Amino acid sequence: MADLKLELKEKIIEQLNLEDMSVDEIGDQDPLFGEGLGLDSIDALELIVMLDKDYGIKLADPKEGRQIFESVETMANYIEQHQTS
Amino acid sequence: MHSVYLSHNNIVSGYGLDAKDAVENIRNESTGLRSVSDAEILPHPICTSRIDSDVLQNTFMELQPKEAYTRLEQLLILSLKETIKASQLKLTDRVGLIVSTTKGNIDALEPQNPFPESRAYLSRLGEKIRTFFGFQNEAVVLSNACVSGVLALAVAKRFVLQGTYDHVFVAGGDLVTKFILSGFQAFQALSEEPCRPYDKNRTGINIGEVGASVLVTKDKALLAKESVVLLGEASCNDANHISGPSRTGEGLFRSIEAALKQSGLHANEIDCISAHGTATQFNDEMEAIAFNRARLQGTPINSLKGYFGHTLGASGLLETILGMHSLDQNTLFASKGFQELGVSQPLNIIETTTPKQMTTFLKTASGFGGCNTAAIFKKVFL
Amino acid sequence: MKTSYFIQEYCHIQNGAIWRNGESLYSNGETDFKTFIKAAYKTLDLDYSKFFKMDHLSKLAFIASDLLLSSDTEKNTALVLSNRAASLDTDRKHQKSIENENGYYPSPAVFVYTLPNICLGEISIKHQLFSENAFFVFEQFQAAYLHDYASSLLDMGRAEKVLCGWVDMDDEKYDAFLYVVAKNGIFAHSKEKINQLYQTPWQI
Repeated sequence: MADLKLELKEKIIEQLNLEDMSVDEIGDQDPLFGEGLGLDSIDALELIVMLDKDYGIKLADPKEGRQIFESVETMANYIEQHQTS
Repeated sequence: MHSVYLSHNNIVSGYGLDAKDAVENIRNESTGLRSVSDAEILPHPICTSRIDSDVLQNTFMELQPKEAYTRLEQLLILSLKETIKASQLKLTDRVGLIVSTTKGNIDALEPQNPFPESRAYLSRLGEKIRTFFGFQNEAVVLSNACVSGVLALAVAKRFVLQGTYDHVFVAGGDLVTKFILSGFQAFQALSEEPCRPYDKNRTGINIGEVGASVLVTKDKALLAKESVVLLGEASCNDANHISGPSRTGEGLFRSIEAALKQSGLHANEIDCISAHGTATQFNDEMEAIAFNRARLQGTPINSLKGYFGHTLGASGLLETILGMHSLDQNTLFASKGFQELGVSQPLNIIETTTPKQMTTFLKTASGFGGCNTAAIFKKVFL
Repeated sequence: MKTSYFIQEYCHIQNGAIWRNGESLYSNGETDFKTFIKAAYKTLDLDYSKFFKMDHLSKLAFIASDLLLSSDTEKNTALVLSNRAASLDTDRKHQKSIENENGYYPSPAVFVYTLPNICLGEISIKHQLFSENAFFVFEQFQAAYLHDYASSLLDMGRAEKVLCGWVDMDDEKYDAFLYVVAKNGIFAHSKEKINQLYQTPWQI
């Protein structure tokens, strides 16, 4: 689980081009949107693609993303519960 | 100051090769959208309106072209050919050409495409159209996302008023490609059903394909029966987000206010609105907010996306031409796909084809990059 | 008689160097665009994390426009930009991402930049400009159309100033030339002067 969270932080920084951030600066429970990392609607779509491409999880309803992408921890939990492989 | 008019026009679409074909079908509330399975475009079926490839090819060959032209070039040439012919204008150096497109020959990037990658440069597209007809100056290619078609009319008017040209032919077109569909798919914005602008159960956009063209001129001797004068036009950015529409409808509201001011009309003098209405959740909601801020919530309004889908760089031009015919026929065109209001503010959606005496209409469009354009037109021959 | 307008300020970004009003502001001899523009961003001391999310065309337009707009209080400044390659630099990336026949995952963050006018949106957001925008595509720099369009916006009162110019980004080749047209300034707003400034970044 700790490995997955670290992996997610690295992927978020890399794929969402957060060039001025490091993994230590993202807390497991920090909000990803709004006041936290300040991600926006395009980032949310990008995270949906990441779930599909890297973890084989397709969101049936993009609105689900709001809860799943609350923090690195909620993302990791969701992936652990839904990953098929 | 001179008045600037929109006159002779043409629409090449799935309905046929003439604006009349499109107008007739819309009057009858008959959609051009069809479910299509084409594995080369997307793995699952899409809902779209396109011109039959055989019809396009055969009609184009009648022009006896001296070289190979891309699908988009054929669409634009076929449309412009009719508009130029109807105007009987000689293409002197006082006649300009504006091409409105978002992606042009983007299919030239596909590895299996017979044309070289260099054909994807938009200036190349402009040059192919220019030389086919013999326009004397370099074409102006306008690529400003989904407002391109309406903005191109504003740009044409400005070049006429500035004395750059006396007449400008504006042509608009974009293709239904894997490039575009896969992108909108990634945006979770594509609907597999015919789109339903402003409806409670709307599920997103369809992409469609047309070639449209119109003559913009200051010469009253060149006017067609359905001509309109472009009274006011403005384009304001949201300054908010590159893909998400403003939650306050800021740029669209400001565009409408500025266009009204220039036209000298009040909101209650607008007889109908041809809106953008893509049928995404966010776009339609944003427009409802902007129209209410502009006190236009009672004005009859439609989106024509339910007939053609979103035709991208052509859409604003296509819908303006249909607005001209709507005024000429004194007929409100129904907003296809609408049943129950699904935005937070009131709108007077046109539910069925209705006769109404009209002289003015407002056309609006909004797009990625936070751009918005509003234009107000008035019938010339009452 | 028509009002005459002036070129108030101008800048160039090309060959690893930045020039403003004929003076060299920054140069690092770096040819790789990504490295160069990031170094320029740091040197100009801009604090704008969204910069890193932009595509190359928007980064180029963003830095160039910031050189002219950051100290300007006028908010009714229209944006009229042009180039040759439109957004092809990013279009090619999106196209590559959808060519795998066994399934593909196009990136929304790439796709959104496959329109040249997105850079106008980025500039509008940064400087809070709710103004007229237009993006034209030409075979090469076209002073005449830009001149007439900017004059028209000012004549019609659609803007107080116009940020005009050329921002081209094509597979590592880049070239930016922006200038501000206003009611006061250092040079007459003429096609000849615009062409001359375009061709010579350094003082003339």
